[in-house]
Amino acid sequence: MFDIDSYHKADTVDEAIALLSQNPDAVPIAGGTDVLVRLHGHNPDYRHLVDIHDIAELKNINMEPDGTIVIGSGITFTELAQSPLVSINIPVLAEGGSSIGGPQVRNVATIGGNISNGAPSADAAPPLLVLNAEVELKGPEGVRLLPLHDFYQGPGQVDRKSGEIMTCLRIGSADYKGWSGHYYKYAMRGAMDIATIGCAAACKIDGDRVTGIRLAFGVAGPTPLRCWRTEEKAQGHVVDQTLLDLVSGSVLGDLRPRDSWRASKDFREQIITTLSERVLKEALNRNGVSIP
Amino acid sequence: MNRNISCTVNSKSMTWQIDIRMSLADVLREHGYTSVKEGCGVGECGACAVLIDDVAVDSCLYLAVWADGRNIRTTEGESKEGKLSPIQQAYLDTGSVQCGFCTPGLIMASTSFVEQHKGQKVSREQIRKGHAGNLCRCTGYDGIVRAVEQCIDAEKQ
Repeated sequence: MFDIDSYHKADTVDEAIALLSQNPDAVPIAGGTDVLVRLHGHNPDYRHLVDIHDIAELKNINMEPDGTIVIGSGITFTELAQSPLVSINIPVLAEGGSSIGGPQVRNVATIGGNISNGAPSADAAPPLLVLNAEVELKGPEGVRLLPLHDFYQGPGQVDRKSGEIMTCLRIGSADYKGWSGHYYKYAMRGAMDIATIGCAAACKIDGDRVTGIRLAFGVAGPTPLRCWRTEEKAQGHVVDQTLLDLVSGSVLGDLRPRDSWRASKDFREQIITTLSERVLKEALNRNGVSIP
Repeated sequence: MNRNISCTVNSKSMTWQIDIRMSLADVLREHGYTSVKEGCGVGECGACAVLIDDVAVDSCLYLAVWADGRNIRTTEGESKEGKLSPIQQAYLDTGSVQCGFCTPGLIMASTSFVEQHKGQKVSREQIRKGHAGNLCRCTGYDGIVRAVEQCIDAEKQ
């Protein structure tokens, strides 16, 4: 039996906001694959639950008239992978989502939970970062929108204020049209593992030059991180081996990997350097440019 | 902390009074569905896998209240009138059962995999990925992969 002190089921987002506002100690539970594991370990921070499992409002994926893709926070990773809208327009996100856990976990775990729990290893985070995703939160004060990279504040810490619920993730058409991307999860095992390093790259090409380049890593710092300085240096560069060399030589300057029982800092740095080149190369390849 | 839930388990309607602190695995075992095993309790081993509305879920990481109004399938319900389901039979034919602890969860994972891939050509890699959420420490998985292949091939004929 789980160590739950209070439990309230919300049927709507507004009800969830009201319940969370009434009890500042309460945490939302959606798929449960993180919260129930914490409770299994008798973590006292999760004893008051507001249940947002299967709230219908949070379970849509759609495209707005201006091309913005809106993904409800209650969408599971299986639903994400099965969505034609996702696989056609933003396949890099399906790639990240499909590398999480095993089938039973992906059948219930939600994209909102993967991001909201603030894990540096979240496999959905690097793809969403290179898609310039925005997080929409709804709370007692109304709705606010902020870039995903600002939502992350520290390990396990996100900018979700008391009473707020993440309602959806938004990806503007300018952030995926013409872009190609790739996500690669480096882990010790082929499945059912937490990333040692996760790497996503996205690029846009005009002629022989990159007109857009984005790189993001998981487990390479206290939160999933974008590589801003590297991206700036690579912007407009001719697409050839020197671009890959520039990126792999610069990327560590944007990141802060550390030693943990999973892997040493040195090993992580090696993986980061290698993946930056390999993952970008594949993203370029998907945009029709192959570097031998 | 008590609540009533109504669901069907293996095609039988049930109304149960449950404690909201219980997982679905706890409730199913309490009512005699002991094919459902709790192994790791954290979503890694899959020994507690059941189908909820035909979707495979780890029942130890699933609150029992969420099962209200749902259709649950456990291994107990897969054999009909004394006849094993095609997956169960294939596990026997390929010698995929040793100690047996993981078997009920794997049977449900395979059942869902085969139902989802009806009429499709699947690779061994896809079968392995589709069973990544279930651990077996005895068999080395080879028989299990062959059992699934056998079922998918039989479906095609």
